[in-house]
Amino acid sequence: MTSAAEHLDPALRVEALASLLSERGLIDEAIIERFVKTYEQSVGPMNGAKVVAKAWTDSDYRARLLADGTAAIAELGFKGPQGEHIVVLENSPTVHNVVVCTLCSCYPWPVLGLPPSWYKDPAYRSRIVREPRQVLREFGLDLDDQVEVRVHDSSSEVRYMVLPERPAGTESRSEEELAALVTRDAMVGVARAAAP
Amino acid sequence: MSDPGGRADRSYLLDSSGAAAPPRDNGELVFAAPWESRAFGVALALHDAGRIEWEDFRQALIAEIGAWEAAHPSREGWSYYECWLRSLERVACRQGLVGADDLRGRADVLAARPAGHDHGEAGHHHGEAAHHH
Repeated sequence: MTSAAEHLDPALRVEALASLLSERGLIDEAIIERFVKTYEQSVGPMNGAKVVAKAWTDSDYRARLLADGTAAIAELGFKGPQGEHIVVLENSPTVHNVVVCTLCSCYPWPVLGLPPSWYKDPAYRSRIVREPRQVLREFGLDLDDQVEVRVHDSSSEVRYMVLPERPAGTESRSEEELAALVTRDAMVGVARAAAP
Repeated sequence: MSDPGGRADRSYLLDSSGAAAPPRDNGELVFAAPWESRAFGVALALHDAGRIEWEDFRQALIAEIGAWEAAHPSREGWSYYECWLRSLERVACRQGLVGADDLRGRADVLAARPAGHDHGEAGHHHGEAAHHH
């Protein structure tokens, strides 16, 4: 089967599809708008940052998070599409985890929102597997040779999220203050959590 | 996936407060053009309505991305949402929700609208080039 009208502008093709589906009662315009608005405005890395900050300050929660990511994340109210099988990977002084989806764009939406364009890019998807240290260096993350780099390939079965190391000198910080140090890139594994 | 549309529990949709930044503050828009957000929304809405299986769509997306990469070794002209849209068209056709001829015919009708016409949901962005980076 050939895809419809591939020579045409994608904006026209989307509208052709949406208008036909809508006329046939197969989709609801309001639902389309709600999904778009949700992922543009509400669901994003701030969710994951709260999860990380709680894991840094509550060792019981940390243990639950590492044992069953989806369940522990749902404790904070974060659930929904692409969040059914989240596995949390703990970084340490000797192990650095980084996440990719080599085949498409699998990503834990409830905690990180939609992936950035570089995550979906063919270059990142192939190179992070072949030469992870070099790619991480290009992101500004220079890892010591002694640190083991583990690259994890997300799929429909498993969506990975990285639990970054808690930055030094943050002992007196509140959970909220800590969450502000946690970036999307740190939770994908291409950066460290920011120093305060 | 169990209830991936989150119809039963939309509490995750509501939480936008918190210390950390919203998605846009990572220095990048979630969608590069309005048609991308529409293609995203249509896929989720179709799934939410039980019209497509998400895994079918994902497999179609993997196939589209793989085919594009095989045909474009230089990666010139990459657009993730072009692959997304082609996958969506394929799955919608395969499920019998629309016909490929219907899609082409409707797109031609939309393309033939006079200049200055209000293009509705597509806004005035239908001339936009694919997103390159």
